[in-house]
Amino acid sequence: MDLGDQMAQGRIPVTEDDHNDPSATTEGVRIETEVKSSDRTDGPTEVVFRLDDVHVYYGSFLALRGVTLEIHKHEITAFIGPSGCGKSTLIRCLNRMNDLIPGAKVEGKIHYHDQDLYGDGVDPVEVRRRIGMVFQKPNPFPKSIYDNIAYGPKVIGMRPASMEELVEQSLRRAALWDEVKDKLKQNALSLSGGQQQRLCIARAIAVEPDVILMDEPCSALDPISTGRIEDLMEELERDYTIVIVTHNMQQAARVSDRTAFFNAEPAEGTGDRTGLLVEYDRTDAIFTHPADRRTEDYITGRFG
Amino acid sequence: MSTTSASRYAITKDAAGKERAGDRLKARVFQALLFFSLALGIITLAVLLIQVLMEGWPRLNMDLLTNFPSRRPANAGAQSAIFGTLWLMGIVIATSLPLGFGAAIYLEEYADPKRWYNRLIELNIQNLAAVPSIVYGILGLAFLARGPFGLGRTLLAGGLTLTLLVLPIVIIAGREAIRAVPNSIRQASFALGATKWQTVSRQVLPAAIPGMATGAILGLSRAIGETAPLILLGALTFVTFNPDGLTSQFTALPIQIFNWISRPQAEFKVLAAAAIVVLLVVLLAMNSVAIWLRNRYYNRPW
Repeated sequence: MDLGDQMAQGRIPVTEDDHNDPSATTEGVRIETEVKSSDRTDGPTEVVFRLDDVHVYYGSFLALRGVTLEIHKHEITAFIGPSGCGKSTLIRCLNRMNDLIPGAKVEGKIHYHDQDLYGDGVDPVEVRRRIGMVFQKPNPFPKSIYDNIAYGPKVIGMRPASMEELVEQSLRRAALWDEVKDKLKQNALSLSGGQQQRLCIARAIAVEPDVILMDEPCSALDPISTGRIEDLMEELERDYTIVIVTHNMQQAARVSDRTAFFNAEPAEGTGDRTGLLVEYDRTDAIFTHPADRRTEDYITGRFG
Repeated sequence: MSTTSASRYAITKDAAGKERAGDRLKARVFQALLFFSLALGIITLAVLLIQVLMEGWPRLNMDLLTNFPSRRPANAGAQSAIFGTLWLMGIVIATSLPLGFGAAIYLEEYADPKRWYNRLIELNIQNLAAVPSIVYGILGLAFLARGPFGLGRTLLAGGLTLTLLVLPIVIIAGREAIRAVPNSIRQASFALGATKWQTVSRQVLPAAIPGMATGAILGLSRAIGETAPLILLGALTFVTFNPDGLTSQFTALPIQIFNWISRPQAEFKVLAAAAIVVLLVVLLAMNSVAIWLRNRYYNRPW
């Protein structure tokens, strides 16, 4: 099926009987958390990112080698793996944030809706306007809550009929409105860590992106705030494509539709540990019957 | 009595034994030394201020502000010097702050530190901050007053010389302020699709304003008290008119003070002390604007 057909088909409706049977775990792989019940069939969905043999270098250091995978529209894709496996490096290639690091270089092809993301004439500023990002540590601007949301639309030249409405709508969608509606003029830094992170998500939504990248968005948060952000992600999945890097396997299992497992292994020749993609599949498959021994070892805690 | 079990859980000073007594003493001595250093600085400053205030008190009146210099101490005032200093500061603010902060922004946000010319500029700025002010006076005389620019002994030549003098200070302080803005702010801005200039002008600079205000205070405080380069430039010591423009001849408070102190009559010494108080008041007034600015923008947790 070609891409046009896939696009025309749009989103696949949710089917009740598609829910995954939690007992379908293979022997030797036991996981405590429930795997997200997939709300999609295996039918074709539109591809947002198509990565083909991507290598990432920092100077002469090869950080990530040979990644080939596809990220699908209106899905949550999780990148998991041990520290140093290149998952954060990869997510930062998807909106060209790595351009800001001197010496960072991407080889191979990354296609975004069939356009070469690193091709000539691509404006990284425009890329980042389409592909938003939420960072590990909440990083609100040292300004009012209102200004935090309004900044993005202003700088990219959006002309909403009412900025107040856009701010309210963004905060509502990030499930923060009720907590902050009476203190929009307060400094965003007065919010709690979990609220700050939801503000950062609201800020990312305000510019109406196509994709939201989340780089360990809950690692600095307590379990309650983490739960709220996970609920929020499931909400946002209906309108956005989400890619999340996480150290928390239960989180990947709970929220994602597809999971990519990365590992850090010595490269041939140099002996430096470089990241590589071990396995990429539907999340239920990764967590219940992984094809690769290394994936199984990692998710069952036998890693290392 | 079981001393071992008693000392194992001891938490009072006596029971903890003598082995930590030395440590406690060291901690106290160190704290006392730090306090002494602070006190020494503050007391010296206070004594100087009080002495100047007492000495100059008889002449601290409106005459000092409204009269022009005179050979007769009873009629002498410092109006032309006050106006000269204000003009000079105006020129220094108008030139050194935009240039200095502009250079700081370039070096911190745009310059590639791997390029040799950027490294050379950095090295030179560090060194220029340590050059004696008299050297800037020579430079100003050779290049601004005479030589290629030929501005003469004017306010403009004097102000620009002082600007050269304080530029390194402003640049270094500005860079520190910009560097103190966390990178996460820049990343957040870029991730929303902001351009480099939008990120710098709308996020980095507002966050750096408190630090930059401190840099401005340091620079202006240095400039307002400088005498040597102005003397070398040929600022006049006896001026009975207020400056009326950038090309006007001028005198300034430090020069007027220097002139009065070197006179033999005791009355001029009193005048000098009174003028020092005026200089300090002008300086404090200028700095309080910068401090007000700093506090207004200071709401950052880092």
